[in-house]
Amino acid sequence: MNHFERFGVDPNTMIHAAGVRKNFGPLEVLKGVDLTVSKGSVACIIGPSGSGKSTFLRCINHLEEVNSGLILVDGNFVGYRLQGDTLHELPASAICQRRAEIGMVFQHFNLFPNMTVLENLIEAPVRVRKEPVAQAREHALELLRRVGLEAKRDVYPRNLSGGQQQRVAIARALAMKPKVLLFDEPTSALDPELVGEVLEVMKDLAQGGMTMVVVTHEIGFAREVADTLVFMDGGVVVEKGDPKEMIANPTSQRTRDFLGRVL
Amino acid sequence: MATDISKHAHTGIQDVEQLTIAPLRHPWRNVAVAIVLVLVLALLYSVATNPEFQWPVVGRYLFDPLILRGVVMTLVLTAIIMVLACVGGTLVALMLISPSRLLSVPANLFVWFFRGMPALVQLIFWYNMALLFKQIGLFIPFYGMVFSIPTNDIITPFVAAVIALSLQESGYMAEIVRNGLKSVGRGQTEAALCLGMKPSLLMRRIVLPQSMRVIIPPTGNEMINLLKTTSLVSTIAVGDLLYSAQSIYARTFETIPLLLVASAWYLAIVSVTTVGQSYLEFHFSRDEAKAKPSLLNSIASQLFSFRRRSRS
Repeated sequence: MNHFERFGVDPNTMIHAAGVRKNFGPLEVLKGVDLTVSKGSVACIIGPSGSGKSTFLRCINHLEEVNSGLILVDGNFVGYRLQGDTLHELPASAICQRRAEIGMVFQHFNLFPNMTVLENLIEAPVRVRKEPVAQAREHALELLRRVGLEAKRDVYPRNLSGGQQQRVAIARALAMKPKVLLFDEPTSALDPELVGEVLEVMKDLAQGGMTMVVVTHEIGFAREVADTLVFMDGGVVVEKGDPKEMIANPTSQRTRDFLGRVL
Repeated sequence: MATDISKHAHTGIQDVEQLTIAPLRHPWRNVAVAIVLVLVLALLYSVATNPEFQWPVVGRYLFDPLILRGVVMTLVLTAIIMVLACVGGTLVALMLISPSRLLSVPANLFVWFFRGMPALVQLIFWYNMALLFKQIGLFIPFYGMVFSIPTNDIITPFVAAVIALSLQESGYMAEIVRNGLKSVGRGQTEAALCLGMKPSLLMRRIVLPQSMRVIIPPTGNEMINLLKTTSLVSTIAVGDLLYSAQSIYARTFETIPLLLVASAWYLAIVSVTTVGQSYLEFHFSRDEAKAKPSLLNSIASQLFSFRRRSRS
């Protein structure tokens, strides 16, 4: 099902969000967020803490339900089935099927501590996608080679450094062959000297044509890798555009203040 | 280095290697050890010399067929009740953490009621169920009674024991399982969801295995407790270990030796359970342990390490 046409969205789009609102009780965290990410492009979202950027990211794969507005990923709703003008909530199993196409990398890695690195990587392909174990292993080893951790395949996550854990987490997300990867502050929990190795892997992915949405505080990474830079504050997108241009000449005062603090 | 030598110059020691460390003495600890030693020796002497222990009688009855039948009954009861309690406890725990209050409130009431009632009271209650309900049957509205049986035909003493103790044990297990489930971080669930795992799959593959390391130690305790609690069923004439011992000494008046026989069996079973528990604990914390504990080593190290160093 592809609803992009119905909502007048360019078919080359991967993620289309319009008027997304989300509140936790009386607190309105997202106050109408619009964002379009085209296929194969990288969007970096920056902004002060509490600006709603992580919440927005979690809305994209339906970890949080939006209160109003629409989010389409590859032409389809993640949590709903559109029939006429009604969005019917989907049962958990159907949501999971669609969510499997959207990879997510967390600030705190969230590797499964009771499984080895290799088991972490093949768990979902084998149990969710029903891939044969041998095939899943082969793919997993190829991904571990790509993030430079093939030697750690039989190690438990707790014996890895933070940077290594995050690289495994990226490989685990890739093992599901996702259409799009979401990163929620992937380097914020890392020691400064470990940030580089993770950014290197992400840069490599971006160059390989992976569609990525990255919530980050790494302005340098955003400038170098992002196709679109998005500045969020107070639950809205304040400014978005070409990263180099935006960092050099921010149009909004709020963007200027924020960049002045972090650069 | 020049600075190092000048630091130690006032002690007159040129070579730092010569410095020795004098360990702190613990004189009161030695006194305590002496007192304990005297008490233990006195106890051993009395056990060995007091003829009232009747050790030969203990030996005679240790493997008596009636006693062995009692041991089997105790084991069977413990096993059945524990399995029912684990299943029931997990179900109640899942209800406890359910977002729907219509599920969590009844589960809370269940835990409150069955954990709050003394085991002995519940046992006698179920044993006397026939006084409350003369018949047990299935009644379908607008159709009538489908079948009905006298309560006493179903609730035998054995069944009463199983129902009463497994309900109580379920209450305890529910709290243990709930704690275990809560111990697994929200991030684990989210990571699994993001990989497309359904709630049932992620519960089975991610949350439950990780909560096991929190669940197993108290469950081992519960099992040992339960094993001992089953001795209460002797009051409603179920032929368990204690009941067998009692039925023999009621006839021969060799009360003490038969209680010793029962004690020996209880202790033996508990010891075996403890070893099994440490193996289970190892299995569910594979990522932490360096090497598998060998059976003899672990027993030996627990028995013969006189001093416990705080773990570094």
